[in-house]
Amino acid sequence: MRRFLTLLALSTAAPVMAQETPPAPSAAPAAQQQDGGGLVVDVEGGISAPMPIAIPVMPTQSVVNTPAGSTDALGRQLADIIATDLRNSGLFTPLPANRMRAVAFPEVTAPAFDYWSGTGAQSLVQGFVRANGDGNLTVGCYLYDVAAKTELTRQGFVVPPADWRRAAHKCADTIYARLTGEGPYFDSRVVYVSETGPKDKRVKRLAIMDQDGANHRFLTNGQSIVLTPRFAPNQQSIVYMSYVGKIPAIYVYDIGSGKQRLVVQNVATTFAPRFSPDGRFILFSMAQGGNTDVYRVSSQGGTPQRLTTSPGIDTGGSYSPDGSKIVFESDRSGGQQIYVMNADGSNQQRISFGGGRYATPVWSPRGDLIAFTKLAGNFRIGIMSPSGGGEKLLTDSWSDEGPSWSPNGRVINFYRSGRGSGGSGQLWSVDLTGVNERRIPTPLGGSDPAWGPLRP
Amino acid sequence: MTLKTTLILATAALALAACSKKRPEVLPPAPVTGPADTGSTGNPTGQTGNEVVPGSNADFTRSVTSNTVNFGLDQYDIDPQARAILDSQAEWLNRYPNVRITIEGHCDERGTREYNLALGDRRANSAKNYLAAKGVSPSRMSVISYGSERPAETGSDEAAYAANRRAVTIVLS
Repeated sequence: MRRFLTLLALSTAAPVMAQETPPAPSAAPAAQQQDGGGLVVDVEGGISAPMPIAIPVMPTQSVVNTPAGSTDALGRQLADIIATDLRNSGLFTPLPANRMRAVAFPEVTAPAFDYWSGTGAQSLVQGFVRANGDGNLTVGCYLYDVAAKTELTRQGFVVPPADWRRAAHKCADTIYARLTGEGPYFDSRVVYVSETGPKDKRVKRLAIMDQDGANHRFLTNGQSIVLTPRFAPNQQSIVYMSYVGKIPAIYVYDIGSGKQRLVVQNVATTFAPRFSPDGRFILFSMAQGGNTDVYRVSSQGGTPQRLTTSPGIDTGGSYSPDGSKIVFESDRSGGQQIYVMNADGSNQQRISFGGGRYATPVWSPRGDLIAFTKLAGNFRIGIMSPSGGGEKLLTDSWSDEGPSWSPNGRVINFYRSGRGSGGSGQLWSVDLTGVNERRIPTPLGGSDPAWGPLRP
Repeated sequence: MTLKTTLILATAALALAACSKKRPEVLPPAPVTGPADTGSTGNPTGQTGNEVVPGSNADFTRSVTSNTVNFGLDQYDIDPQARAILDSQAEWLNRYPNVRITIEGHCDERGTREYNLALGDRRANSAKNYLAAKGVSPSRMSVISYGSERPAETGSDEAAYAANRRAVTIVLS
């Protein structure tokens, strides 16, 4: 199950391109900063509209049938996935298909800039699909600045046919990163709890899917309640809580083998598990005699180490990306509030002081923000700095809960619960501007989304 | 060995039940179906035909004021009403000193998931501690928190929330 995307240096590994003598990559105009071409997308929002971008169908030199479909059909689907990724970021407006003409294969490295400037597109993504002799696919991905008539970046991806969608996500990531200056996030997966049935008999199953909802797969059969899954940093396993055997406990599920193992030999209710950034520890909560504290244990098992000792409910821990600190919630002051402590449990400091209660803190993978659920009438997703400043609420619905960060720390997944007997949970995402709020498609209801890291 | 003991007990219980018919016979509860750990499942084995076996969960729920105590919003203290209910539970449990119980703690849906797991544990332990103070040995009692995963009522209104903030005592077979 080790499939890695191979990154190609297109100028050398794509001989068909070589005869075109591809232009030198990314010759930035003079007086530009290191990472800046002329074309930049404003990621703060509110100043400029989403960038118009053209992503025509990616041509193939020879139509070959592959296990993923024929290469010409793939060229259409790849362009579509790239456009959807970029549109969903809220920062781009891909041109509709009927406003783009077909691109001939030799054009991929020699764009018709005059034509594209007439479409209103500011940037242009072209690419190609090729079935390799060894059964793999090569997808080329080129980004152009239409007004400046220059190439901004290029990447090539070699993928097994089963992973063809990843080539599109990697291409979209390349474009997104180049034009926004933000980290990539489209080639990533989400693990969550799929839900069916009425609230008092809800059937919950672990499920995994790509960030865009594709390649959906159930991991557990629904016989036991399962809650709060989280990816291991190496993405080969998932830690979660299950009621199997009517004993609430923490398990690690190995994605490759489908096997699972108990993490803490059970003496009490254990829940709220998260991996440390290096994967060596699992942070969790243990309820004993009505008192709940935060503990950590080696991810291989062993004796847990207690990190909090306050009488009250301390739970929901999350490591800072460097592993040195932990953010958690505690009701030691009365209601739920957010606290930060050192990874060894020392120096516990409250950071949330606004009205209402604060819960489910999650440290951004960029380290700069804490996402949380604010309980004040409605349950809302919000962000604040790790010192507690700059609070900003991103959503406003009856019950939004459980934020989880995208790999680049710019988007948050959460779940929205429906009111009343027929109410169900659904997965949603919102970006840091709070403007781009979207439902994430799932086959059934969903809760507890956990966004995994960028795939290797 | 265990099986034998159970059989003998059951026979004795049947005989007892046969000669003391003070209460009207209750209808058998609806059969319990579905997955093994769906939460508040009663003990179906307490039923033999239409007879309620003394010491069974069916006997317990019929004999006590209620198998459920309720809590205030974000609270876990035992109020006077809950006290009266738990007193009746303790009385029954002290009559059957070999019976083991589990106490389920539950919450309403207006709390975050993991906090509710902890709060459900608090509530179950409140009931457990009260019963222990009334002479029920802690070794006979286990607790489990379902947080807000298994509401008694599925509505999203104050009446449903109040009903869902509860600790339920269940006699284990």
